[in-house]
Amino acid sequence: MTIGQAAGLKLGKAVRDAFGTALKELGNEFPTVVTVDGDVGNSTRTEVFAKAFPERGFNVGIAESNMVGVAAGLAAAGKIPVVSSFAAFLTCNAYDQIRMCVAYPHLNVKMVGSHAGISIGEDGASQMAIEDIALMSALPGVAVVVPADAPSTKHLVKGMLEHHGPVYLRCGRIDVPEIYGPDSVLTIGKANQLRDGKNLTIIANGLMVGIALDAAVALEAKGISARVLDLHTVSPIDQEAIVKAVKETGRLVVAEEHLPHGGVGSAVASVTAQLAPCPIEFVNIGNTYAESGDPEGLLKKYGLTAEAIVAAAEKVCSR
Amino acid sequence: MNLWRHGVHWLREDLLLNKFSRRLPSKEYRVAIFKPLSLDEMKAKTKVLRRHIVRMTTEAGSGHPSSSMSAVEMVTALFFGGFMQHDPAQPRWNNRDRFILSKGHAVPVLYAALAECGYFPVEELMTLRKLGSRLEGHPNMKRLDCIEASTGSLGQGLSVGVGHALACHMDGLSAHTYVMLGDGEMGEGQVWEALASAEKYKLANLTAIVDQNGYQQTGATKDVLKLTEFQPKIESFGWHVQTINGNDIEQVIAALTIARSIKDRPTAIVSKTQKGFGILPVLAPTGDLNYHGKPLSKELAEKALALLAD
Ligand SMILES: Cc1ncc(C[n+]2csc(CCOP(=O)(O)OP(=O)(O)O)c2C)c(N)n1
Ligand SMILES: [Mg+2]
Repeated sequence: MTIGQAAGLKLGKAVRDAFGTALKELGNEFPTVVTVDGDVGNSTRTEVFAKAFPERGFNVGIAESNMVGVAAGLAAAGKIPVVSSFAAFLTCNAYDQIRMCVAYPHLNVKMVGSHAGISIGEDGASQMAIEDIALMSALPGVAVVVPADAPSTKHLVKGMLEHHGPVYLRCGRIDVPEIYGPDSVLTIGKANQLRDGKNLTIIANGLMVGIALDAAVALEAKGISARVLDLHTVSPIDQEAIVKAVKETGRLVVAEEHLPHGGVGSAVASVTAQLAPCPIEFVNIGNTYAESGDPEGLLKKYGLTAEAIVAAAEKVCSR
Repeated sequence: MNLWRHGVHWLREDLLLNKFSRRLPSKEYRVAIFKPLSLDEMKAKTKVLRRHIVRMTTEAGSGHPSSSMSAVEMVTALFFGGFMQHDPAQPRWNNRDRFILSKGHAVPVLYAALAECGYFPVEELMTLRKLGSRLEGHPNMKRLDCIEASTGSLGQGLSVGVGHALACHMDGLSAHTYVMLGDGEMGEGQVWEALASAEKYKLANLTAIVDQNGYQQTGATKDVLKLTEFQPKIESFGWHVQTINGNDIEQVIAALTIARSIKDRPTAIVSKTQKGFGILPVLAPTGDLNYHGKPLSKELAEKALALLAD
């Protein structure tokens, strides 16, 4: 894994691993938390929690629609259900149940999708959620959270359990570099500035944050000073941080491991269009499905690299 | 070796679907067909497919060999026992018999069979799951004409099969559609919706095969959900159901023959198998009889290949 190397970051754990561990560690503090799985708890890592609290872990089988409905019932009866599957199956297979049983009644269900994005690799497009941010941030009242690394996941999982109302947490499969420290402060709804810069701001989340930091180093060598903002919460979006970035740096590049429409880029652009119009360039996988392959090869083929961000930054600076 | 005898045409028996079935002129039923293998040849073919599965998943470094192994006898009988009529020279020929792998993660068994049929070179199997390969980790019908449905999200293949069966029926085609599902996959509600809709239209040209290998991702299927007495459940949906030992190729052939003879309702075969069948002596010492979603290490693959030698 070369992500984060240029920025001098060291490789840490996968976000899904950090999620499973954090959930287990918070198990006693949040006694009403229960997990609801669809036969993939060993992939999403809820099994770490379920093994520690066996009476609080449910596996309803390969049946995602039912799984979300069950979680809604548990929430209506006062539990804090953490319902999880591969992000693709959770958000796509059970979307109507999420809409009807969770979002519409605004129930306190925590929805966790693992294996998001194309960086899952060899399993191929059927297992890759690349539309989940668009789907989940379309729903009123659903918080959409995309952690960048293991340490921030720990904080955001706690934030998710404390938050009242539905939350979608997106997790990646592969190990990613560590960006935050154990004492970093992360709040749902508040973006974190990771690096200051004058000429533009790179807004990213998830896996793309490490790549954005690499790009910022490469840009510095070219005499372009880039600010990097971790927009870990897509909804509700931190308008203040985005407007501040535009006011102070004038231009944006938005990088995400997602389709071009309805994701972070769209969310940011709708804020700037209204409050602070400015030139923006977008880095995403393009309007296509990906394929099987090794994670790094896929990121390269589908344009999710530091080079792609650098090119977008140069372009936005020339506009 | 090309198993196909192109140019051999014969008049295929018309499948009488139900009272609404339309007959087209008999020339529509003339198809290119390849000669079924003998029982011994089929048994040898199961070993060939198993060797391909081991080699390609170990080379890929990921994939689902154990889920593929349980289905080898069924896939062999379908593709080499004369049940599936199809033509590598024209993969989308409209009167081909269809095989939909709803449990798409077991696609190595399908790629192995398709390569042996001549749809693509056997050497291409070793590109499985590599960037740029047509042989993706789950079936992708846009990449390969011989793949009938893009699957990988469990629970959906039988509905697609119902669509194929309805269309063939509308067009007066004699083609038969086979859909293979996993026993864990039977937890998806959509499977039961598909069962009900197939019964409504009396789709005798549709056969569902449940590969009941006893395990799913997180453990034994009977421990995750108690759906496993599949026969009475599916029968109660109005289907003709047979339960067999699906790793006994003679039982598989007999069941497929009976399924084709049923003319008034959809048919199902509950195929009781063992996950990893054929290489279990190699998997057993690892203590993991499910061995879900893991390729064999190089050492284990060597042992498995020795076990599967002719
Ligand atoms: C909708 C959906 N949920 C979850 C998965 C993840 N998954 C892949 S294989 C598998 C287990 C399948 O078990 P079974 O159907 O019994 O097939 P087997 O591997 O035993 O042949 C699971 C849960 C998936 N592919 N699709
Ligand atoms: Mg099974």
